[in-house]
Amino acid sequence: MTDILLIALAMSLLYISIANRLFTYLNILVFQGFILFGVTFLTLNKISTVNLILIMLETIVFKAISVPWFINYVIRRNGITREAEPYLPNFVSLIIVTFITVATIILSSSIKDPNLDKTFFVVALSTIFTGLYLIVTRKKIITHVIGYIIIENGVFVLSLAVGNEMPNLVNLGIMLDIFASVLILGVFFNRIGDLLKNPDIDHLRNLKD
Amino acid sequence: MIGIFLTGAFIISGWLLYNRNIFVNYALLAIFMALLLVFGLYEFNHINIRELEFFNPDALGVLLLVALCVVAIPVLFHGYRYIEIHNVDETPKSRGLFFGSMVMLIAACSVVYLSGHIAVTWIFIEITTLSASALIYHHRNLRALEGVWKYVFICAISITFVYIGILFLSLSLKDAGIDDMSFESLYTNASKLNPFWLKLAFLFIFTGFTAKLGLVPMYTAGIDAKDKAPAPAGALLASVLMNAGFVSIYRMYAVMSHTPLKHWANTVMIVAALLSIFVATVYMTRIKNIKRMFAYSGIEHMGLVVLGLAAGGIGVYAAILHIILHALIKPSLFLQYNQIYWVYQSKSIYDVGDYFKYNKVGAIVVFLGFISATAMPPSGLFISEFLIFQSLFEAHNILILIVVLVLLTMIIWGFGSNIFKLLFIPPISIDEAKIPKISSWESLTQFVLLGLAVYLAYNPPMIFVNLLQEAVKLIA
Repeated sequence: MTDILLIALAMSLLYISIANRLFTYLNILVFQGFILFGVTFLTLNKISTVNLILIMLETIVFKAISVPWFINYVIRRNGITREAEPYLPNFVSLIIVTFITVATIILSSSIKDPNLDKTFFVVALSTIFTGLYLIVTRKKIITHVIGYIIIENGVFVLSLAVGNEMPNLVNLGIMLDIFASVLILGVFFNRIGDLLKNPDIDHLRNLKD
Repeated sequence: MIGIFLTGAFIISGWLLYNRNIFVNYALLAIFMALLLVFGLYEFNHINIRELEFFNPDALGVLLLVALCVVAIPVLFHGYRYIEIHNVDETPKSRGLFFGSMVMLIAACSVVYLSGHIAVTWIFIEITTLSASALIYHHRNLRALEGVWKYVFICAISITFVYIGILFLSLSLKDAGIDDMSFESLYTNASKLNPFWLKLAFLFIFTGFTAKLGLVPMYTAGIDAKDKAPAPAGALLASVLMNAGFVSIYRMYAVMSHTPLKHWANTVMIVAALLSIFVATVYMTRIKNIKRMFAYSGIEHMGLVVLGLAAGGIGVYAAILHIILHALIKPSLFLQYNQIYWVYQSKSIYDVGDYFKYNKVGAIVVFLGFISATAMPPSGLFISEFLIFQSLFEAHNILILIVVLVLLTMIIWGFGSNIFKLLFIPPISIDEAKIPKISSWESLTQFVLLGLAVYLAYNPPMIFVNLLQEAVKLIA
């Protein structure tokens, strides 16, 4: 069951690579949040109940509801256009994300470690690298934020791989999630939209040498 | 004592954020300063006594903490001058935010130095990102927004990298059957760790912390941050925050040095260091923005520090000496930068000139600062750089040494041509009536910092040398 959920997560990456509209991105974020909830519930069966509830709350309330809602709010308030505006055609993106997934599978098959759950490792790494790829190839600042949140989802999956032995590391990951997301989204809250009516990275190209 | 210090610092910082009364504001700052000094003194006398389970004030941490105490006094003083006298559009709210985040930044950095657990280091590095971004966004204009956005984003990604590194580290611990992630346990059990995961962990942790230390690949955020932050805050970012990055990388490298992977780690660090010096050279020879030039000079020095660390032998000693002296010299340049700006109202090298005519004492500080930052004798950095070169020579890295020397010469040329333009060549157009009279007292602290760097390098007190030698012992 865990494997099915993780593979669904990996498939959502392929979908996001060809998504055109920002709201599709948000729907995928919600979808990934629920998948992470399911994976947490199925994987972390050796840790205390309170801790488990905390982690699941984080995935549902934070990852699947608040963050997408807030990004939606930012998009509407600033009147950001719905196009994702990639630099590369969607077809190329699809090829590259597929390539990333295949490369992580090849990488993980070269690791001989009985302690490692390969599915977690492959899905986590391909999510992280897809997030990085999205950041590099999308034009809008808000898609950069979405890319970063996808990276965090990947990191969360990776932390679940060691979660039963070291629950504190998962808690640390939750702290990272909340702290970094609040910090990044906080910049938006602090009137990035008032200063920049169309938050496009083209406006942020003045600081250079 | 760490608990008392942290609680006190957080209370003071929070109070500063909400306080609007000018008298209370500076009273709180004075209390914080006293608290910091008492804390520094206490830890200095209680080396290697574990506190609150996760903190271990070892020699390196205490050395950097004392350096931080020394730097914090002039920085807070110039912060006061900056807010109260020279910047007209300050409000009680912006003042509170400025000093509140400054207190938070100083407190977080000092705790990072003393942290004995990688997760604790990581948490407080996060807090430095938060407080630094408030400082960078102080002026609340479009450029500051750009600076803070890039800083926050790159730091968020690098902090995620460090977290991934910690996860890999835990995988490597799992194979050895250990679950204690404190640095001490890592040092003692280093040989049992799984080398594959340890390699990955080091790569990610090193890459992540380069955002704070200022090395390739994540150095870019720091440059914009130091450019856009008010100069007193820039002085903190260019010294104590870089030291926090250094201490984190140093401890991780110390773990690697106890394993057969030491040479591999050295190679990684040499590549990053050489690229950093190269990037610094490229920008230093072309740059026209004075503040960014100081920031790039920091990248060059961090490259040298990591090079010394990787070369081993006397290089490790030199690296720690270098980072401490750099932490004294760079703030004096940043603090002095404000005076340049008041005279010319511009950061661009095209608008400045003839500084000796307009502000004699300030010009002397800039000149001495230039000599110090380029490590020409009698600069203190001369000693440490010389030792780093010696260690490279002894490690038979002659080719690297030659490349570095060529690059450094180009840096001195670029730095020098800009500084001499500022000091001696008459500006194209300047309204002399508008130039404010700058009291020479404003430069006093910079002289003290520069002088201290010379003193520590040429006539080091016994206790300082002992602490340095103690800190070097962490590396096997």
